[in-house]
Amino acid sequence: MTDIGLWSVLIAVIGGAIRVSTPFLFVSLGETITERSGRINLGLEGTLVFGAMSAYATAVLTGSAWAGVAVAGLAGGAFGLLHGWICRFPRVNDVAVGIALMLFGSGLAFFFGKPFIQPSAPQLPALAFGSWSDLPQIQAALRVNVLFVIGAALSVFLWWALRNTRVGLIVRIAGDSADAARAMGYDVDRVRLLATGAGGVLAGIGGAYLSLYYPGSWNEGISSGQGLMAVALVVFARWNPLACFGAALLFGGAGALGPALQSVGISQGYYLFYAAPYVLTLGVLIATSSPDRALAGAPGELGQGK
Amino acid sequence: MVADTAHPDLDSAGSPSPALQVRAWIARRTEAVAIPLGAVATGFALFSLFLIALGKSPAGFLDLIYRGGFGSPFALQNSLQRAAPLLFAALCVALPARLGLVVIGGEGAIVLGGVAAAAIAPALAGLPPVLGIPAMALCAALAGAAWIGAVGALRAYRGVNETIASLLMSYIAIALSNHLIEGLLRDPSSLNKPSTRAIAEAFRVGPMPGMKVHWGLGFGVLACVAAWVLTERTTLGFAARIAGGNVRAAQIQGLPVGRLIVGFTALGGALAALAGFFEVTAVHGNANASLVAGYGYTGILVAFLARQNPLAIVPVAFLLGGIEASGGLIQRRMQLPDATVLVLEGLLFVLVLMSETLYGRYKVFSPHLWTRTRAAAPVMAVAS
Repeated sequence: MTDIGLWSVLIAVIGGAIRVSTPFLFVSLGETITERSGRINLGLEGTLVFGAMSAYATAVLTGSAWAGVAVAGLAGGAFGLLHGWICRFPRVNDVAVGIALMLFGSGLAFFFGKPFIQPSAPQLPALAFGSWSDLPQIQAALRVNVLFVIGAALSVFLWWALRNTRVGLIVRIAGDSADAARAMGYDVDRVRLLATGAGGVLAGIGGAYLSLYYPGSWNEGISSGQGLMAVALVVFARWNPLACFGAALLFGGAGALGPALQSVGISQGYYLFYAAPYVLTLGVLIATSSPDRALAGAPGELGQGK
Repeated sequence: MVADTAHPDLDSAGSPSPALQVRAWIARRTEAVAIPLGAVATGFALFSLFLIALGKSPAGFLDLIYRGGFGSPFALQNSLQRAAPLLFAALCVALPARLGLVVIGGEGAIVLGGVAAAAIAPALAGLPPVLGIPAMALCAALAGAAWIGAVGALRAYRGVNETIASLLMSYIAIALSNHLIEGLLRDPSSLNKPSTRAIAEAFRVGPMPGMKVHWGLGFGVLACVAAWVLTERTTLGFAARIAGGNVRAAQIQGLPVGRLIVGFTALGGALAALAGFFEVTAVHGNANASLVAGYGYTGILVAFLARQNPLAIVPVAFLLGGIEASGGLIQRRMQLPDATVLVLEGLLFVLVLMSETLYGRYKVFSPHLWTRTRAAAPVMAVAS
């Protein structure tokens, strides 16, 4: 190993940010679509875990990592539609349903995932953006997974689509004023159902990344709250897909701090570094919340309950 | 007009006779019991379909739940032992729910409470147990109150989403506890399973008279009754309910909404931490990783199944404690993964939330139907 001292920590954090951020990115983009339509889906944590399990199981059984991604997306979409369908009923609280689906999704994933903890699955391919460098650390840091690239492109596309397309406009109207959407003849519940379904698809794919690339195996502690942090991240990103990309990288970096320090031999306070992403999320929530006025960019219908 | 709008409980002129009021009361209570029971029954029915699809016998499953959770004195003790922390954990959800808050971070408060009790124990060694044990409990409760109370303060004064904040605080509490158990508080002789120093025998909380279940159960039930009195029979509880229904109306009335939120969340956190205190002092004998047992999460389900009613928490916690106690037996006898119980719980949770939409839909449960008498009917016809 070339001796580059503490630089290696920085490089490892940057590389780690790219590696760790992908699930955050997909879940937060999915939640952005859902919340822009006027609903909160806290169940994406469960969707993420179930996506990770179903992707891994499919990859083991079929030998194809991409088949795993597809199945995870479908399963995530099913969970999203379930959430959207349940929330159609009057007086059903979307936040509480999210918590229930979080537990239900994780439970189902643990149930069906038991036989797949041992076998190894084919992994998703990575692109070597770092081949120009001689340093193995940089080469390792810039091995970027295809899904990260897709997620980056998706955040640009969603940012454009929410502003400039008819579908984007309908989603935003449903989120800002259900009455206005109804007056224009749109079925608000159906818009939200589809938006929650789309959000679920993305969260499922984020789960596939967890089990098929990094950390690249299936176990029951694979997510440990990443889906929920991603939901918090949407508030920080002000419901803007482009900002989600930046926020996901920031969170990924925080998540990579512990392992990076450990790799250079600093293991004191391992658990505290492990808590860094949670502390960061909480700090960001506190900094971006406001006691009396609505947040800039917040969909008008959000969190009003029923 | 009067007959049409008067609330059956109101004691004004022309109010229904006491006998009719009792019938109306029964009708409303029946609704509050029948709908959740129907949701639970539907949950079990769907879960049976799930089992049939997997080629397992639903009857065998129910039989194992009965035998593992309720069927023998041993099973009953086991269920009650598990119900004890669930009582406290559910109160940590139900008390803030009075103010319309969804707090799901009880797990962290439980773990932190357990670690706080274990941490203070050596310092109290000189005290008689009569003082020492309550001091440990107090220390645990303060830790939990500070933790969840902070979530409430963030909600009240910064507008931070309490659901997400409480879960993040829970993860941070677990990381902090692991750090302490494996570092500062670690008993050097605990090699394979890092834990704190064992709590002195005199400071251990024993079983209740005539049972093998520790005192956590008794105090848990007591806490539920006290919480019911607080929320249903005091002005404080009434103020909390107003603030939960409409914050602006509460503020206009001059109610201290912020302090109510901090107070109720802190109280919930203190109670959840007591669950950790009892786990440490009555079950494990020290604080270690088995404190993270998921009681906080099951407690959320208990609170929602009980529809946030502190008294209803008692039977629901007993039911869920029994289901969880039978998990091991189901795993061994039916060759099903231990997550089977989680699937069932998730299903029950979803269905109970869906059943919220049914309240007020069935005329049978309407108090008005039962207070309407032959004599009153023409009056109403004239009035309308």
